[in-house]
Amino acid sequence: MSSATTGAVEAFAAEVGPADAGPVSAVGGRTQWGVGGGVTPDAREVRAPAGIVALEAADMTVRVRAGTTVAELDAALAEVGQTVALPAWDGATVGGVLAVGHSGLRRLGWGPVRDVLLEARVVTADGRVVKAGGPTVKNVSGYDLCRLLVGSLGTLAFTAEVVLRTRPLPPAERWLAGDADPFTLVERLYRPAAVLWDGTTTWVLLDGHPDDVAAQSALSGLADADGPPALPGPHRWSLRPSELPALGGDGSSPGGPGRFVAEVGVGVVHADRPARPRPVDPHVVELHRRIKAVFDPGGRLNPGRHALVAAGAEGGMTTNRRPQTPESVTSERRNEGGP
Amino acid sequence: MEDQRGRDPGALAADLRAALTPDRVRTEGVELGLYGRDASVMTGAAAAVCFPLTTDEVAAAVRIARRHGRPFVARGSGTGLAGGAVPVGDPVVIVTTKMDRILEVDPVDRVAWVQPGVINLDLTRALAPHGLHFAPDPSSQQACTVGGNVANNSGGPHCLAYGVTSAHVLALEVVLPDGSVTLLGGLDAEPAGLDLRGVFVGSEGTLGIATRIAVRLTPDPPAVATLLLDFDSVDDAAETVSGIIAGGLLPAALEMMDRRITQAAEEFVHAGYPTDAAAVLLVELDGLPAGVGAGVEQVRTIGLAHGARTVRVAADDAERALLWKGRKSAFGAVARLAPNYYLHDTVVPRTRLCEVLAQVYAIADRHDLGVMNVFHAGDGNLHPLLLFDAREPGVMERVHAAGEEIVQVSLDAGGVLSGEHGIGLEKRDLMPLLFGPDDLDAQARLREAFDPDGVANPTKILPAGSRCGDLQSVPEGVWV
Repeated sequence: MSSATTGAVEAFAAEVGPADAGPVSAVGGRTQWGVGGGVTPDAREVRAPAGIVALEAADMTVRVRAGTTVAELDAALAEVGQTVALPAWDGATVGGVLAVGHSGLRRLGWGPVRDVLLEARVVTADGRVVKAGGPTVKNVSGYDLCRLLVGSLGTLAFTAEVVLRTRPLPPAERWLAGDADPFTLVERLYRPAAVLWDGTTTWVLLDGHPDDVAAQSALSGLADADGPPALPGPHRWSLRPSELPALGGDGSSPGGPGRFVAEVGVGVVHADRPARPRPVDPHVVELHRRIKAVFDPGGRLNPGRHALVAAGAEGGMTTNRRPQTPESVTSERRNEGGP
Repeated sequence: MEDQRGRDPGALAADLRAALTPDRVRTEGVELGLYGRDASVMTGAAAAVCFPLTTDEVAAAVRIARRHGRPFVARGSGTGLAGGAVPVGDPVVIVTTKMDRILEVDPVDRVAWVQPGVINLDLTRALAPHGLHFAPDPSSQQACTVGGNVANNSGGPHCLAYGVTSAHVLALEVVLPDGSVTLLGGLDAEPAGLDLRGVFVGSEGTLGIATRIAVRLTPDPPAVATLLLDFDSVDDAAETVSGIIAGGLLPAALEMMDRRITQAAEEFVHAGYPTDAAAVLLVELDGLPAGVGAGVEQVRTIGLAHGARTVRVAADDAERALLWKGRKSAFGAVARLAPNYYLHDTVVPRTRLCEVLAQVYAIADRHDLGVMNVFHAGDGNLHPLLLFDAREPGVMERVHAAGEEIVQVSLDAGGVLSGEHGIGLEKRDLMPLLFGPDDLDAQARLREAFDPDGVANPTKILPAGSRCGDLQSVPEGVWV
């Protein structure tokens, strides 16, 4: 690793400061700023360093600073025929999308955001730089702290620099739409990149070899489409895939046609109304409390944000202030037009 | 009779027998001896061994162990190679092999709930009628349990495209170190809160015991092609691996075997491996037919450009199974060459494979040890086997010295300590080679949050003193 990298991470650590340096908040692109409750206004804002440190194309990994936008990273990766399985909401940073952990519309094909992170250099609540994980695509050396960081909303440590797994750009991709039953399609098609449904219309994204995309398109019975639908917002639900068919039912269902877009086979639902709060086991709440206590005993990192609140969960987390209603992103801005 | 720490083994056994059934609690010397070791070279000692059938019985065993001042160690089939299941500190060993039921298969959500003692291969066989499988396939899959896969975040040849165990576990019912039971993760798309599921996977039984596991099921691919490429030099084979990855292909599996292991495997299973080649590559591509077909041609072109002598494509399922049988039997085949072997497990960036392999051969030569390499080349996951005869005086010192040098050259190349076997006791004291004091402290904090009293599989993974004010002692009674 270059000394310039170390310097940028150390400078970020100095900016975060020691345990007694007061409440502090890590800011990325503010694309999902309200998730998990708003940060208290007394928190001093800091920004992680930006820039791509090393793009190891032949290893299919990239070392990048957390303040880099996903769009910038994607542009650099596209030059070597690769991409990264992170959502590229307009202005979203690598550190930000990892902290929130919400996937983009290609989750069905790409898998969850949590599987992308290989190594992280983070700044702790007392201003130290800590390494979690390792730079190789496979690694079981010690506790998997990287998994803990994804979705932690910057409440345990602030991410300064990461190593991510990249993936090859597919040679072809195509959006389709029509009125075919999405639940039959998700079974019949082999590993589609996305299947979306608003209660009436079904959208499918296929990727892979052009001949396979053509054959799967024919199998789907759908027509070509420009891209995914506009997503209703601002709420994001987390369901089991098998719970989705009930969304399209009569007026008694929580959504109703046109009021939601569901990610079929995944269970994420983009909706215009909040999800029903989910109960959380008290033991899980207690583990959250203890984990926060060991990593940030003074509660200075992103005060006001809580991972359990982000998911619409009711777990009895005690906070000084009433958590705000979880917000979510309103649109998916990744360029769906292909490489 | 109380021991010097005021603990009464007789009362412990009586309480365990009352909570389970008398026949599922063992305290006799011979059986305790059996459960004093796993597939590593370390040996410990258990105070009692019990075989629960249910979550409640696991929780009861944990609480009884605590009440009697004992730690507890979870154990599956004992195939672990890093000493993760070796009992340290006179613990209660909780064996999950009788919890071997597949509880539910849900083909719509593509998830199966299983008990921890289900054998990995049994699960995949049971899923076959649904056109689904459990992707992690360690070489020990005929014997290892899904619970053990969770504890070690196990890999296998097909983890290259599909990811290791962590990517295939959605939720875990666990008994926490205080004996309480909870659910980590969930079957919904984005379960609430921190990814406690993710940190539990790979924690080697130090954060609790998984008692029910929801595994993600992967659809069987419509098309599969398996290729065997053989080379006159290990370097050419390694360059081919880098060429395939750099070429934008993501094979389902990409395995390499050197001459000695190829010969041993061929004599053992007669897979038709070329025994005069310096190295062979086993490449599997899967997916839709056109993509697989194009991939086969791309692999062929890259292989031939790097000096492949022949490129054999398995003609049918039977031939493909035979090619894989050779690879999966490789470790068993080694028994024909030497009385003992020590299997290592490190990972290097895939672009550094060539140079690190050359160093591995040089290290073995320097220590006058035979070495064979059979490994997950696509992941950069090396598995050098050092061959020796344990009856030879002083040989273990050479084996351990060579092993540490192999770890060091892997780390020097930007690699890590373990790709799929875990840290356990074997590599615990090597952790400072990869992590600084602050890094280890962060890991110790996580462990403390789950297990403040240090009762769950103590002394594993982290060296003593990892946490400020750490009271963890050097393991007593462990023989290497």
